[in-house]
Amino acid sequence: MPVLEIEDLRVAIDRKDGNEVLRGVSLTIEAGETVCLVGESGSGKSVSSLATMGLLPKGALKVTGGRILLDGENLLDLSAAQLRECRATRMSMIFQEPMTALNPVLKVGDQIREVLEAHTKMSNAEAHAKVLDILDQVGLPDIERMMRSYPHQLSGGQRQRIMIAMALILEPRLLIADEPTTALDVTTQKQILKLIKDLQKQHGTAVLFITHDMGVVAEIADRVYVMNRGEMVETGPLMQILSAPAEAYTRQLLSAVPSLVPRQARPVSRRNVALEITDLDKIYGGGGFLSKTRTTHAAKGVSLELKAGRTLGIVGESGSGKSTVARCVMRLIDPTSGGIRVGGQQISGLSRRGLHPYRKKLQMVFQDPYRSLNPRLTIEESVIEGPVNYGMPQAQARAKAAELLELVGLPAAAARRYPHMFSGGQRQRIAIARALAMEPDLLVADEAVSALDVSVQAQVLHLLAEIQDRTHIAILFITHDLRVAAQICDEVAVMRQGEVVEYGPTAGVLGAPKHDYTRALLAAAPGRDWDFPNFRPVAA
Amino acid sequence: MPVYFLRRVLAAIPVMLVVAVFVFLLLRLTPGDPAAIIAGDMATPDQLDRIRTTLGLNDPLHVQFVHWIGQLMRGDFGTSLISNQPVIHLVGDRMWPTIWIALITITLSVAVAVPMGVMAAWRHGSWIDHLVMTFSVLGFSIPVFVIGYLLIMVFAIDLKLLPVQGYIAPTKDFAGFLQRAILPAVTLSSIYIALIARMTRASLLDVLGEDYVRTARAKGLTEGRVLFRHALRNAAVPVMTVIGTGFALLISGVVVTESVFNIPGLGRLTVDSIFARDYPVIQALILLTAGIYVFVNLLIDLSYSFLDPRIRY
Repeated sequence: MPVLEIEDLRVAIDRKDGNEVLRGVSLTIEAGETVCLVGESGSGKSVSSLATMGLLPKGALKVTGGRILLDGENLLDLSAAQLRECRATRMSMIFQEPMTALNPVLKVGDQIREVLEAHTKMSNAEAHAKVLDILDQVGLPDIERMMRSYPHQLSGGQRQRIMIAMALILEPRLLIADEPTTALDVTTQKQILKLIKDLQKQHGTAVLFITHDMGVVAEIADRVYVMNRGEMVETGPLMQILSAPAEAYTRQLLSAVPSLVPRQARPVSRRNVALEITDLDKIYGGGGFLSKTRTTHAAKGVSLELKAGRTLGIVGESGSGKSTVARCVMRLIDPTSGGIRVGGQQISGLSRRGLHPYRKKLQMVFQDPYRSLNPRLTIEESVIEGPVNYGMPQAQARAKAAELLELVGLPAAAARRYPHMFSGGQRQRIAIARALAMEPDLLVADEAVSALDVSVQAQVLHLLAEIQDRTHIAILFITHDLRVAAQICDEVAVMRQGEVVEYGPTAGVLGAPKHDYTRALLAAAPGRDWDFPNFRPVAA
Repeated sequence: MPVYFLRRVLAAIPVMLVVAVFVFLLLRLTPGDPAAIIAGDMATPDQLDRIRTTLGLNDPLHVQFVHWIGQLMRGDFGTSLISNQPVIHLVGDRMWPTIWIALITITLSVAVAVPMGVMAAWRHGSWIDHLVMTFSVLGFSIPVFVIGYLLIMVFAIDLKLLPVQGYIAPTKDFAGFLQRAILPAVTLSSIYIALIARMTRASLLDVLGEDYVRTARAKGLTEGRVLFRHALRNAAVPVMTVIGTGFALLISGVVVTESVFNIPGLGRLTVDSIFARDYPVIQALILLTAGIYVFVNLLIDLSYSFLDPRIRY
């Protein structure tokens, strides 16, 4: 008998005549098996898992049909109390954001022990021993101290290990992992994936792994289910899905995955240097009035050069200093020392007022399109704000906004709408239009496509390349995603702990890395052995 | 933590000093002769001279200030111009009724408002939520004197359950104190219940949408544990702020209620001494109020770091 069997599950918006968000989804998982549920945002993969756990947001979504059988028992027939008893004992779930999934005001040891208190009658000593045992199993160091830590004292990877410990302490039959490694660095991701795999083998747990990342799928799945817009599109063993997908949607999804094989740099068309960074240093913290904080050397002697019409990538893991460099270039923060020249003009020493004429030349596109647009301003107001601030007449600015919106592929009617009426990809297009409205020489894109689905990501990257072709704008592209960097950058700089460890043409750095760290990063990239767009292993 | 505490106490000194300078100048910078203001319209030149000498008004300003601060340090706040009693006794006598009423009011408010807010947030959009919100609008909008007189009419005059007005110190007769304190406390708490319940509800609604609340439910915890152990403590910081400032306000600004219930507290002393131009008393009251605000703010800040381990100074 399968551990989990979902039959014809239907979920709808909890309203009279509410739209269906899941339309007859079926899925089975056997003991010891890892099943990947893949799909883009809005496909219904998270809704399926939350429905299984009985955690659908109350008053927003409700199950309207089908059955969810856990070891043959229909979870939809259980009372609230019975269902509560199942959670953590027979089925557990871990979530995407380890940063927010743990309660910030409780010690992590207490948060794990709480599971035991809720479901067992263990004595204090037994519970203590059991918590220590599971912390040891998830590979955490110094477990006695770890138990007494608060979440903010731990790294993202450690927090996700705590989440896994919490989920597996009562050895449930089913573990649902909803994008558990998406927010982690690649090297940490690799460790967490291995940990889940190891624990699964030890305990024979069935794992339902939800992800949008085909690389991760290639690493861990036994079988794959592909979802799109609330429906199950295709299912099959991993190799069959990767090498011979039957459905057009699956093919499209795989084709959108950027290849790790770097593209060749474009020929240099223009000689003028758009951005020159020399020996940039940034130290955070230090002595404040009445307080002393630890100093962090976030950028150490960074020197980079970017010519007009080219794209320079800065890649690295969190804490590598890549965003610090971007913010120094934008002068959102002040560099501690070193030079930043934009179009030949030294801007690193300029005052706020002195910087004003050059601000126009530097524009930025931020990571999260859901938070980088002011929700109270219409799209047009957002786009024209910069030019008008620099003295462009309203009417002219509006005409220009209309032009730009067309350039980024949005309908003219978009101008009078508000950000919440657009999808993530559309919002990022708007953010690009807003940046271009200033006619900058340099565009800084800080993880600008990281929050987007692969197909949307491909479109936005295509748009950036097209704009670059037309306007010869220089792009400084900050990303943690080596696949994206390999496809969009002419040159790439790899950063670690504030230092540039390797810098050169993308084909060289990512194709034949010289530095150990670059090699480690590439080795950790999930699915590196598979050439997704061509449905075959990477040619050796 | 002790270091932080010490630092905060030290940081309070400049604040209090600024207040002291302001209070000192209040009298000296008033247009005209302070002695004449104090003595009133009917004063003889002889009386004016005597006042100038007692206040040291013939000395340079900074000498006067140092002298005055020295007196304060020794607990000498001067003598009331009206009753001729030492100000420190006058204010000391009036302080306790106000503090007792404030304590009872804030305790009552928290005990009623926090559960109300929690229920409203938990059953967001239900009739409980609507009831709490309606009550909160009423609490805000009905003036305290209306509530006060209504309560007196119903409980003291019609039902004869409680005395109409007055005050007895709890140290003398606790039952008598409670009988007299309950109506003013209920009157005063109406607005605080409204405020704290709203704040609790809003803050908790935010927290209930957080990922860790979902995690707590995914662990199979009961709703009670999810609400009180996981959600409420995270929602407590803004609520704590309202409670703290509410308490400070209660001590300095309950004139109307003290008048309605005839309580010999600080509010009425303030009004009386302003009308009588009793400057030494006014000065002492301003200093006391500022001191209470500084102290309460210190307590609020300390409570933050207790509630949320991420807050460390």
